[in-house]
Amino acid sequence: MSDWGRIYPQLVEATGETLYMVGVSALLTVLFGVPLGVLLTVTAPGALAPRPALYRLLGLVVNLGRSLPFIILLFLVAPVTRGVVGTTIGSTAAIVPLTIGAVPFLARLVESSLREVTPGKVEAALSMGARRRDVVRTVLLPEARPSLIAGITVTVVALISYSAMAGAVGGGGLGDFAIRFGYQQFRTDVTLLTVVLLLAVVQALQWAGDRWARHVARA
Amino acid sequence: MIELNDVRKVFPARRRAGEVVAVDGVSLRVEAGEFAGVVGPSGSGKSTLVRLVNMLERPTSGSVTVDGRVLSALPDDQVRAARRSIGMVFQHFELLDSRTAAGNVEHPLELAGVGRAERRRRAAELLDLVGLGERADAHPGQLSGGQKQRVAIARALAGRPTVLLCDEATSALDQASTTSVLELLRRVRAEFGLTVLLITHEMAVVKAVCDSAVLLEKGRVLDSGRLSEVLTREHSPLGDALLPAPLADAGAGHDGVLLRVTVTDRTPETLVLQTLVGQLGLAVEVAGGSVETVTGGRYGRLLLRAAGDLERLDGAVRRLRDDGVLIERVPGDSGAVAAAGAGR
Repeated sequence: MSDWGRIYPQLVEATGETLYMVGVSALLTVLFGVPLGVLLTVTAPGALAPRPALYRLLGLVVNLGRSLPFIILLFLVAPVTRGVVGTTIGSTAAIVPLTIGAVPFLARLVESSLREVTPGKVEAALSMGARRRDVVRTVLLPEARPSLIAGITVTVVALISYSAMAGAVGGGGLGDFAIRFGYQQFRTDVTLLTVVLLLAVVQALQWAGDRWARHVARA
Repeated sequence: MIELNDVRKVFPARRRAGEVVAVDGVSLRVEAGEFAGVVGPSGSGKSTLVRLVNMLERPTSGSVTVDGRVLSALPDDQVRAARRSIGMVFQHFELLDSRTAAGNVEHPLELAGVGRAERRRRAAELLDLVGLGERADAHPGQLSGGQKQRVAIARALAGRPTVLLCDEATSALDQASTTSVLELLRRVRAEFGLTVLLITHEMAVVKAVCDSAVLLEKGRVLDSGRLSEVLTREHSPLGDALLPAPLADAGAGHDGVLLRVTVTDRTPETLVLQTLVGQLGLAVEVAGGSVETVTGGRYGRLLLRAAGDLERLDGAVRRLRDDGVLIERVPGDSGAVAAAGAGR
């Protein structure tokens, strides 16, 4: 175990990369996924602003995004990544497929959260003279907040697992670290340590997410 | 003032069900300041009817006028503005859990673009009005059903409406809360001169607060009128629904004839009993019915069974009717009379 001195800085760097990849892609996922989820909700037949054709199209795109195995998506979006970031290698480049993979996932969760807001509350707001966008802003999103936060937490946890895969194809991070230093060098202890670290990150996230959701539910 | 003119609402056919005619040619008029009720069994179109008033449902045909404006002819954006002067209260309150009681009352004001300070002031004032000034910071989850409905009423009044729509506003409440919510509705109606349209399946609610009522069945108006009128009208389906006279089983084992009496202040049952028992010497028993005091007047439906020497009965009934007493023999009961006659 004399090589811990060599491995340790790499581990710290890998952890930093993971947090960076997951952090930025989580932010972008929320930025695109929540509006997409709202759009899916309101354009559904019988909903606030029914647009059956648009709803079906969005649904198709979202399902496509969700049915693709992430590892395939990684390669498929490489041209997009090159266009946006300039390269397909490195943590920054990994953010593009991570975001594209997680947006449809979150959008569906957002949609199901918003659907749980009882139609009566929407109707009440409409009876007060609310416009459709007022309904989204003052009724749907605030009423679904605890459930939305839970959905975002699940998505971020999924992003951590995706990020390990992205790492394996040149994105860096803990997944990449576990493969290079643990698996490929037959160092089970290093692999285990990485798993423990990932578990700690996931646990911390879930804990924080649950607390936040409980807090806004009580407020 | 609310006026519906030959309003129809047809919901188009869905996958499995055919098209549904929820409201089928309804005309009605609620005067300014009037407290009107709409009653009817579930599925009779009550809920659709109330939603037609503020255009939550647009009529398939016919016109809806509120305070002189033909809402059914207005485009969506103007309907939205018009809705601000029409408050609405729901069966399940529909308060936002993400807001406090005060926040819920502020919601319509926020939508109308009222400034924060003014919103706060108004919400406090309205919560005081409904007796919940102390619970301004409570969330709906911390309030009882009756309290939630009071907050909902405060919210409905926030935009200073002229019309208040109540959709089964007390149907989810226990008896005590129902009473207090109805009292509140009556008070705010008087205080603000509101026109109120209340949908309910509970006849007791209509009797407690309404000036007039409409009986709806299968989307059509079966009967309507001021309570004092329908309650004193014989064979009024609405009056009979409000004061049910259970048709006693007239047959087996019972002698005598059945008489139906519509009791009012002007024709009390004492006069009837005097005639039947005092003058004709009949044995009279009450087979069913109810007599109640509704908005100050005394009204009832009585079913009497008279036995004895019935020869002079028809003449007496005729004389009573001439004197304005609403009494009649229940038709189809001649067999019982024959049996009674033979028994003597």
